[in-house]
Amino acid sequence: MNSNSNSTKSSKVSSHDLNAMRESLRSISKFKPLELIFWVIAFATPLILPSHDMMISEIAITALFALSLDLVLGYSGIVSLGHAAFFGLGVYTAALFAKFFIPDPLIGLLVCGVFAGTLGWICSFTILRGSDLTRLMVTLGVALILLELANQIDWLTGGSDGLQGVIIGPVLGQFEFDLAGQTAAWYSISISLLVFLIVRVLVNSPWGFTLRVIRDNRLRAMAIGVPVSRVLISVYTIAASIAGVAGGVLAQTTGFASLDVFAFDRSADLMLMLVIGGVGWLYGGIAGAIIFKILQSELSAVTPQYWMFWIGLLLIILVQVGRDRIRGWLTPTRLLGASSRSEIHTNKIANLKEGDS
Amino acid sequence: MLTILFDGVAYGMLLFVLAVGLAVTLGLMNFINLAHGAFAMLGGYCTVLLMQHFDVPFLLCLPLAFLVSAVLGALLERTLYRPLYNRPHLDQVLFSIGLAFMSVAGADYVMGSGQQNIQLPLWLKGRTEIGEDPWTLGMGHYRLLIILICALLTIVLQSVLTKTRFGSQLRASVDDPVVASGLGINVNKVFLLTFAVGSGLAGLGGALGAEVLSIDPIFPLKYMIYFLIVVSVGGTSSITGPLLAALLLGIADVAGKYYVPKLGGFIVYSLMIVILLWRPQGLFSRGGKS
Repeated sequence: MNSNSNSTKSSKVSSHDLNAMRESLRSISKFKPLELIFWVIAFATPLILPSHDMMISEIAITALFALSLDLVLGYSGIVSLGHAAFFGLGVYTAALFAKFFIPDPLIGLLVCGVFAGTLGWICSFTILRGSDLTRLMVTLGVALILLELANQIDWLTGGSDGLQGVIIGPVLGQFEFDLAGQTAAWYSISISLLVFLIVRVLVNSPWGFTLRVIRDNRLRAMAIGVPVSRVLISVYTIAASIAGVAGGVLAQTTGFASLDVFAFDRSADLMLMLVIGGVGWLYGGIAGAIIFKILQSELSAVTPQYWMFWIGLLLIILVQVGRDRIRGWLTPTRLLGASSRSEIHTNKIANLKEGDS
Repeated sequence: MLTILFDGVAYGMLLFVLAVGLAVTLGLMNFINLAHGAFAMLGGYCTVLLMQHFDVPFLLCLPLAFLVSAVLGALLERTLYRPLYNRPHLDQVLFSIGLAFMSVAGADYVMGSGQQNIQLPLWLKGRTEIGEDPWTLGMGHYRLLIILICALLTIVLQSVLTKTRFGSQLRASVDDPVVASGLGINVNKVFLLTFAVGSGLAGLGGALGAEVLSIDPIFPLKYMIYFLIVVSVGGTSSITGPLLAALLLGIADVAGKYYVPKLGGFIVYSLMIVILLWRPQGLFSRGGKS
């Protein structure tokens, strides 16, 4: 990354530059026609491919989950291997809430978001200190603790048998979840779009830019007066509640919760997806989820148990060749709003703030 | 009670040998290698194969397992690991997860998904008991052997690192590769050797622990977290840190499984998080170097 390439330029910024900068900042946050087309196609897929409804729903949920990790990993630069903790908490919250309290899915999702967000808020204090390794271990540890917990309190969670018999009420009191999964697919896509739009506004806000400043140079961010800890706590909390919502949607659309939602594989797969799609780019998670899920279903159809081998090989090649280089080859696909451009903006803003002080 | 303590120590010692290579790559070379368990698994499978099909005695298997893992480690270091030393941690994590995944699938393909067991020689199967009833110390001979070998290894490693020329070269290369190579130290060779020895030790640990750890294809993922706990809790500035952490973990795990089997891993993970929050650089590290 060329994070320091601009820092040597003069730090004085004229008012003309300032206006140009504002204009260019505004232009990234504009909704592009390609994005509209993408979402229209997404909503049309349950009609075009009615036999793949469950798969479509799963992709939408995974994309939402990946979006949550992207906030933490791509935008804030925190390497987390335990994001499944929040996802899993969302799954169990949604399932239990529907079973024992109110079967309405939307209220359920709100509860999921609040629960997972609370856990994220608590955990956020653990990621402020230490090195990458410490953070890796702590995030992983939280997911493992929840896994153990869900396994042990089997009177509530069903333990390793999973939690069954969850009945979810109709969405908005209108649309029943059917067996084929068409409602589920639309429901998942709609929730994903809703959350996506919120995140889109967030990352293009000044707050979103401070995230990237922290990622690129934490020391400099502190020096220019960015409240690093506060921003990181807030981003982690938000990301956690999004992951919780994603988990909630999964539980509601499948009517089932099992222990594997906390598993290490899930966190690792998620990180992998995000990297395939491209980190620090809102559509990265979505692209990654689509590619990953399709690859998974195709490759496991050929050799079911050796899917891990191919995904491992893919990872190694990806890293050895260099993620940036591969992304460079695929520039046309980044028309939806690329991250390297916004990185340059981040640097400009960092310089700008330096110039002000 | 003493027996549990003894088993815990044996388990901890084993974990230490398995993880010490990781402590070096991670602590000294600052490379997050999540595929470390794959080398241990390789050592374990070597032993299983050699003992089952070629009737090689158990003690002879140990150096062979060390060699095989060390050679593979050296090969991989030269081809795949070296370009990644200066890359971001995320790249290293992704790469090593990929390698771990491939080893899992590969082991499944070659050896089948079942658990592999070895037949210990008769002289290792015995058990000696000392002391009166509440303080009985039952020592399995096999575990005694583990403790002996591991203690020996620790002493050798510590003296190699602190007393020999190679030890100083390694420490110099780690502190400042540029200056070290300017002084005529072949940094690449030092790292290559270190990595190979680390992988070899993991293989040795896998071979030694083939009976207690149960070698199966998901071994690298199953024990990854334990190795990482040893290294991150122990801190990476010395050999003694990981050793103490490994002993602590071993005793806590064995005792936890014995006294409160329901809580199992819960205690270990909570303890790890608390320790890491309290001392992010590890329990036994001195400076604040990150």
